[in-house]
Amino acid sequence: MKTVRSVFSFLGKIEALPVFAVMLIMYGTFMVFAPDVFMKYRIYMSILQTVTPPLILALGLTFVITAGEIDLSFPAIVALSGFVFAWGYQNLDQELGREWATWASFTLALGAGALAGFINGFLIAKIGVPSIMATLAAQFFWYGVTIVLAGGRSWRLKDIQEDPVWELFVRRIYGIIPQQGRAPIGVPTQALWALGLAIFLWFILNRHKFGEAIMFIGDNPNVAQVMGVNVVATKIRLFTLMGVIAAFAGLILTLQVTVSYPTQGEGMLLLVMAAVFIGGTSIAGGYGAIIGTFFGAFIIISLEPGIVATKVSGYWVQLIEGLVLGASVVLHIIIGEQNIANFSDRIRRWSTPTRLVKTASAQENMRKEQI
Amino acid sequence: MVEKPAALQMVNIEKYFGLVHALRNINIEVGSNEIVGLIGDNGAGKSTLVKILTGVYPPSSGEFYIAGRRVNPRTYSVKRAHEYGIETVYQDKSLGEKQALWRNFFIGRQITYPFGFINVKKEKEIAQEIMLNTIGFRGRGITVNSKVNKLSGGERQGVAIGRAMHFEAELIVLDEPTVALSLKEVRKVLNFVHKIKEGGKACVYITHDMQDVYEVSDRFIIMDRGEIVASIAKADISLKALDEFLLGYSQGLKDKELA
Repeated sequence: MKTVRSVFSFLGKIEALPVFAVMLIMYGTFMVFAPDVFMKYRIYMSILQTVTPPLILALGLTFVITAGEIDLSFPAIVALSGFVFAWGYQNLDQELGREWATWASFTLALGAGALAGFINGFLIAKIGVPSIMATLAAQFFWYGVTIVLAGGRSWRLKDIQEDPVWELFVRRIYGIIPQQGRAPIGVPTQALWALGLAIFLWFILNRHKFGEAIMFIGDNPNVAQVMGVNVVATKIRLFTLMGVIAAFAGLILTLQVTVSYPTQGEGMLLLVMAAVFIGGTSIAGGYGAIIGTFFGAFIIISLEPGIVATKVSGYWVQLIEGLVLGASVVLHIIIGEQNIANFSDRIRRWSTPTRLVKTASAQENMRKEQI
Repeated sequence: MVEKPAALQMVNIEKYFGLVHALRNINIEVGSNEIVGLIGDNGAGKSTLVKILTGVYPPSSGEFYIAGRRVNPRTYSVKRAHEYGIETVYQDKSLGEKQALWRNFFIGRQITYPFGFINVKKEKEIAQEIMLNTIGFRGRGITVNSKVNKLSGGERQGVAIGRAMHFEAELIVLDEPTVALSLKEVRKVLNFVHKIKEGGKACVYITHDMQDVYEVSDRFIIMDRGEIVASIAKADISLKALDEFLLGYSQGLKDKELA
């Protein structure tokens, strides 16, 4: 029983293991029921491309939810940054030259995201507007700004495929996966950016002062305050970061489809929130699972192509998405991060006569009484 | 003999919250090795006073000195208070519930590598050291990785107090540390206050439990409705007399209201 126990407590220490398991089961199911699609590389390359913008957004939103806040405005920031980039791409090349114009537009777009995020943060932390209201208003406002500035039409990125920015962010890299005698497989560069960003943000949340401040604020802002965390400044930084991340996701999306349209990002809101919650981040704040979000995004994005490929009617997609979301949340509560280790105690109790065994929880109670 | 300067001196401190006059003309002095019991009913302004002292709120006017150094209220903050050697143990809001213990020891003053990344290994080592030697959590199944919500009330105060001791506070503020604790746990907290005295440090002990505060304090400061109404040395008053004084005082106020 001791080995079982240590195995379980070891498993409990691995972040986001249940989510990873759910993802494997999901892909396994698709492989069985739709082998002609899911036993081949191409679908995965396609998923890697589709998942990137919502994945990047979900990573940012994980921070926001960990702090006990919410952001509804990021879809609008996606549209705004895409438009700013497209506008700059079309209008700045006369003064700056082609290459510099693209980089300048890229920076401007990130700046626009930072500005929108900063305003959110200022309203929430300094003025005290609840984040759900401030960011709801911001969502309408920035979509409105984008539609007005864009004149209600889409803006094409002509010849963007020849630009180094395009090469750097959304080109396909050939030659990583060997493929004999057939057409080479291209890995989407944007997926590598998303992976890099996920690793970076994991370190920020779990190993940096800023991340620790966010967890304490989400846990209890009064405690954070009296222990010397600058709650207002941290929240403003948090929403600014979310704005920049949303702008980056918007840029990737715009580069991918080589066009900016003023309603870009619509429909992402609930999808991204679902990815965060499947990942196991606590809605109550205080705990955020970056790795869980990472897999959560893959789960929520792969469901639709998977279900369609298994030749079940497309009408079932939402129903199954709902089931998966509900099941993951329940799973997190029952055998989530902290409880998977306790699960081993339960197994011990089941396997031995009750009266003879002092379970860990009973010992815990005795310990508390002694003090 | 060279006198050490008073650990704390507050002069004419006033605090308004909008139109509410929360503190009126507060003058307090706490000696460098004195335990002061701050007593008062709910709403007397004790907590506001503590928050000014620990840098959470700035005072509306007045000045104060910590160990003889004048404090600039505009730049004063929780961080600055820590630098001055003031540590606070709050009744219930000293620890982040869902966070690991090692994070709770260092929140607000992490040991970091360049660029603000936390030195987890070192923080955990020191946290382990504090838990074993300062608090004495030996063989209770609590590790530095335990979450705070697994701890009992006394253990939580132990952690907060251990943290204060580790950071070598000159003045430790205990804000109602024994509320909602069992008798045994209260005992532990009181033993710690005795340790503060032995260690030559100062302490402000805030409570409305007469018995606890009488045992550990050298002097009592009594607050009511934002004002200090009395300052009595322990030698001048017995527990019974103190109790009666307080009762009589609130009785007197009631009479005044009725009249």
